[in-house]
Amino acid sequence: MTVKAKKNNETLQVIIQDDMTIYHALSLKETLLGYCQPGLQELQLDLSAVTEIDSAGLQLLLLLKAEAHQRGFILHLFRHSEAVIEVFELLKLGTYFGDPIVIPATWKKS
Amino acid sequence: MSAINPALETFAQEVDELLTAMEIALLGLTGTPDDTESINSIFRAMHTIKGSSGLFGFDEVVAFTHEVETVLDQVRNGEREIDAELISVLLACKDHTAQIIQHTLSHQEKPLPEAWQQQGLALIAKLTGSLQPVADDHFEVNNISTHSRDNWLISLVFKKDALRNGMDPLSFIRYLQTLGDIVEVIVAMPPTPRLEEMNPEDCYLNFKIAFNSSADKKTIEDVFEFAEEDCVITILPPHSRQENYLQLLEDLPEDQFKRLGEILIEIGASTEKEVSRLLEEQRDSAEVKPIGEMLVAKNIVHQPVVEQALLKQEAVKQKINKDASYIRVDAEKLGYLINLVGELVISGAAMRLMVDKHGLSDVDDVASTMGELVQDIRDTALQLRMVQIGETFTRFQRVVHDVSKELGKQIQLQITGGEAELDKTVVEKINDPLTHLVRNSLDHGIETPEQRLQAGKPEKGTIQLNAYHDSGRIVIQISDDGRGLDPEKIVAKAITKGLIKPDQILSKTEIYNLIFEPGLSTKEEASNLSGRGVGMDVVKRNIELLRGSVSVDSELGQGTTVTIHLPLTLAIIDGFMVEAQKERYIIPLSMVEECVEMSNDEWQINEIQHYVNLRGQVLPYLRLGDFFHKNKQHTKTKRESLVVVRFGEAKAGFVVDELHGENQTVIKPLGKLFENLNGIGGATVLGSGDVALILDVQGLIQYAKKRISSTVTSSATV
Repeated sequence: MTVKAKKNNETLQVIIQDDMTIYHALSLKETLLGYCQPGLQELQLDLSAVTEIDSAGLQLLLLLKAEAHQRGFILHLFRHSEAVIEVFELLKLGTYFGDPIVIPATWKKS
Repeated sequence: MSAINPALETFAQEVDELLTAMEIALLGLTGTPDDTESINSIFRAMHTIKGSSGLFGFDEVVAFTHEVETVLDQVRNGEREIDAELISVLLACKDHTAQIIQHTLSHQEKPLPEAWQQQGLALIAKLTGSLQPVADDHFEVNNISTHSRDNWLISLVFKKDALRNGMDPLSFIRYLQTLGDIVEVIVAMPPTPRLEEMNPEDCYLNFKIAFNSSADKKTIEDVFEFAEEDCVITILPPHSRQENYLQLLEDLPEDQFKRLGEILIEIGASTEKEVSRLLEEQRDSAEVKPIGEMLVAKNIVHQPVVEQALLKQEAVKQKINKDASYIRVDAEKLGYLINLVGELVISGAAMRLMVDKHGLSDVDDVASTMGELVQDIRDTALQLRMVQIGETFTRFQRVVHDVSKELGKQIQLQITGGEAELDKTVVEKINDPLTHLVRNSLDHGIETPEQRLQAGKPEKGTIQLNAYHDSGRIVIQISDDGRGLDPEKIVAKAITKGLIKPDQILSKTEIYNLIFEPGLSTKEEASNLSGRGVGMDVVKRNIELLRGSVSVDSELGQGTTVTIHLPLTLAIIDGFMVEAQKERYIIPLSMVEECVEMSNDEWQINEIQHYVNLRGQVLPYLRLGDFFHKNKQHTKTKRESLVVVRFGEAKAGFVVDELHGENQTVIKPLGKLFENLNGIGGATVLGSGDVALILDVQGLIQYAKKRISSTVTSSATV
């Protein structure tokens, strides 16, 4: 199981356990799609365990955001890992996803 | 500060008025959708707002109004119909414009609220939606809000397989960061797939990057070098560069005409890769667009830079044209000049000889330089006599017009390569053979309209005249899409005429070349144009007199092409110098087939009947020494050479003592007294001051053949 889920009423909180790279893109897509069930109000993705994210992972996140918009649920990203923050900064995506990003004190830019 | 800026105040007022006018016009349109005045006023409103917003740098307003303006422009040009639905969308657009302008005026620094951005995008989608349904699912993240004018705009459109090929688009952007500052990124996925439909291993990402860097275009392009195959990359230079480019354009020297691409590469506005890619595209696409337009359309170069470059190009062209304006010169004067240049060439060679003889090493350099200059002068002087062949070609328009009417055929003449140049005297002399060939095509080649339709060809026949340069010679082609030559008929006719033996096997080319033999015409009935069996042999002889050659190719039912090769000039030829009995002779190089050693063992020389057995062919030969010095005692040298010459299909051998090799020969006509000399066509003066005679190969071959047929019964035809 690559993703851990916690369900609580209409809010789903999920920890993504694996790297969001092309190698896991297929399974990741299926899992993410699995959450987009009717009746879902809010999807919270915990990105703290994502040690690596590449273009394939990024486009999945972008599409999930679009999907959320169309299905009318809220996508909430939190606990961004360093890798995720780095990509978001690179592409100035922070405001698009609109989630608060907490930069840890130990943050070191590689 | 915005509140007190009077310019902004005026802007706000103007926008207010324009939008009100737009609303009134829109509402008016509901009743009368064809009212062009109203449509114009709506268009003007959007256009003016866009323009003024651009002045203040309100990029969001510009971006939105631009879309609306585009749609309105289509409406105005009648490309799109205005209906109730469109009117309501336009009204919403008007409200949205008012809203975003209000926002921009009050808090300039803040980006638009996301809801409004979405609203804007939705409106644009609705506007363009009905026209291009694909654009519907286009989404963009982070609409450029700080569209600074001083950034490079880099657009990366990755292909589907990019990820599978091991590309990670992000890594290129990371690398780009090392060259400068990424100001803004737009991540776009057009068309946006639904999550469930997408293949996570396909790449859907496109990036538009505003990039601030002092690097040049080539360096930035090199960042994406490895992505080239999986990504369409366009790099638009920043506006500040544009001025730089314009300045560079201004400073470009005006001495040489360059292609647009070359100019843009030279000033650094474009790179070689971009230009060659576009050229390839231009070649592959059916409709040919100017390269400048493509560069702008593909966002590679800014419009003003291209415009300026084109202006520059035009200026250079005009300057060159001006330099090349014409002067009328008496042909005689020109002839005199060319004579003098001929003398100059000779005396230059003489000087060279003296310098070498006396070993004057300090004069050597000077002499070399002068030698080069003389060469240049010679070439330029010969160029003076060059005229374009186009004028001769266009004269045939009339011929074709008249004759086709007379014959009741529909024929058009296509002329290409009219700008190819050749010596005026050659042009004059080629006119008759050309006329003959064109008439032949008109009369025999092109069929009547009924026949053509039956054969499944267009009713209208085509005759093409084409000219081009090929390795120092000019090639003229006359082709038609008529019935073509029938090899069987030609062979049958040639056999009855005794030109070939019935069992002779000939190649296609050989058969076609038979039509140049005297007395061969396959046309049964003669017309008043051609077809009496005289003609093609005369054409061939005339062309060969100009030291040219003619060949024919044909496809039965498809058409015929006659190809003429001609030297560019008659004044100077490539000669082959030989020596016999201490006299030097020049043979036109084009007529020399081969040189072999004259040895009895190999060629079975028949000294009495004057022929040799050249690899099974009977070849008449002529001792040049004996021919020109009948009274002199023939001194046998140790070694003789046999130069095999060819004129048309006839061949003969000249026996000479020495071979001197190739020689640029300036032809000097012989005086009146010597005009009728047998075997000599002209003379030239060698660098040593000696005179060398230019052989009349045609005459000599005939002489050799006649002599052999008077002694030998078997014919020596080849």
